[in-house]
Amino acid sequence: MAAPVPRAVRIGKPLLFLAALAPFVLLLARIFQDDLGPNPVETLNRYTGDWTLRFLLFTLAVTPLRQLTGWHLLIRFRRMLGLFAFFYACLHFLSWIWIDKVFEWEEIVRDVYKRPFITLGFASFVLLVPLAVTSTNAMVRRLGGRRWRALHRVVYVIAVGGVVHFLWQVKSDIAEPALYALILAALLGYRLWAYRRSPAFGPVL
Amino acid sequence: SPLAGVRRGVVTTDEKPTSLSDITRYNNFYEFGSDKTDPAKHAKDFRTRPWTIAVEGEVARPAIYQLEDFVKPHALEERIYRLRCVEAWSMVIPWVGFPLAEVIKRAEPTSRAKYVEFTTLYDPKQMPGQRPGLLGTGLDWPYVEGLRLDEAMHPLTILAVGLYGEVLPNQNGAPLRLVVPWKYGFKSIKSIVKLRFVERQPVTTWMKSGPDEYGFYSNVNPDVDHPRWSQKYETRIGEDSLLSRLTRKRKTLPFNGYADEVAHLYAGMDLRKYF
Repeated sequence: MAAPVPRAVRIGKPLLFLAALAPFVLLLARIFQDDLGPNPVETLNRYTGDWTLRFLLFTLAVTPLRQLTGWHLLIRFRRMLGLFAFFYACLHFLSWIWIDKVFEWEEIVRDVYKRPFITLGFASFVLLVPLAVTSTNAMVRRLGGRRWRALHRVVYVIAVGGVVHFLWQVKSDIAEPALYALILAALLGYRLWAYRRSPAFGPVL
Repeated sequence: SPLAGVRRGVVTTDEKPTSLSDITRYNNFYEFGSDKTDPAKHAKDFRTRPWTIAVEGEVARPAIYQLEDFVKPHALEERIYRLRCVEAWSMVIPWVGFPLAEVIKRAEPTSRAKYVEFTTLYDPKQMPGQRPGLLGTGLDWPYVEGLRLDEAMHPLTILAVGLYGEVLPNQNGAPLRLVVPWKYGFKSIKSIVKLRFVERQPVTTWMKSGPDEYGFYSNVNPDVDHPRWSQKYETRIGEDSLLSRLTRKRKTLPFNGYADEVAHLYAGMDLRKYF
């Protein structure tokens, strides 16, 4: 009944999995060698945040790349990229509530409430959860394609939220978050352009 | 190179000094880039000779000094101070310098001198962070800082020309920088070329950049948060490992632990308003 899995996907998936895990393995190695630089807390926060944003952008790049190259198998890798974005977001979240805040709930709640950049980061993380939960084939079937796609368009909001979270956090050196914002704008702009050109494309975006 | 004739100064802490390698490789010095590692890379060839320092404004004896002449009259002493950055990290640094008060007395401020305004060198050719650009740091150069005259005269306030007994490394603000240990680090302006005595409170670079985030006083204060993060705790660079953070956090002290010496300067002031 199920169509045979193409070779590129069969080989590509484990390779992608290892590649996507590499930043985490590298991080563990650095933690155990006590090699996180003079300010390990800041390094950990930045590192996990950076990789969350990168995987969000990788995930959002799949559709434009697929349409521009015509290599439609790319879609088979999107879920893994998205789940890795969620994985690094979890680490980022943990690094904040555990290492940075040492589970001081009062202070954590106050931060979410008082500081817009944390409010935004926290909201983006919370919004990622339902997307991760509904990422299985069974959930796609249960929700139905149309509703599933509608739900997963929330990723646009999450990505914008994540980039603005980074922009608001820096003191005055906006070069790096601006680069993320630029790439995100291109990825979202492409969708708008494709949709304008042919509204029938809408549902697949 | 080592500095000669440095004597031991006022002892303010018995905490272990941060390693020279951390002090010289983890820096905020936006003139050389906004990454902590940028200053060590980009300040390598920074020329600190010849160097002139202008003393001007409301003083009886305005002058332009060569660095050597400016420093010569003063006995150099070691001062081991805590440094607390507004970004919630801290170090312990063995500075070499001399009291700013001696310089002020020499300049003979007039009765109208209420504040001292300090300026950093402006030289985009040598300081890549000052170059204009779409993705620049967005700060208004040159860097300007200021102190009230009584803060500037306080015996803890020094001008530093060295650390760990050696000539001040470029990335730490060579050839001459301010050190005010009870204020957030950015008040301790680096690579100074001008001291101007003025009647009105100067507008500093960080006040211009974010008036609700950076005030004129910027005294270390665990009870007044930065709008984007808490100032209750700090990470001691090179000492507080990830694992140590899991169990225990390092509390930030009012006035960075120098309350006994400096709190009287602010008696009767609402430190939430004058943050």
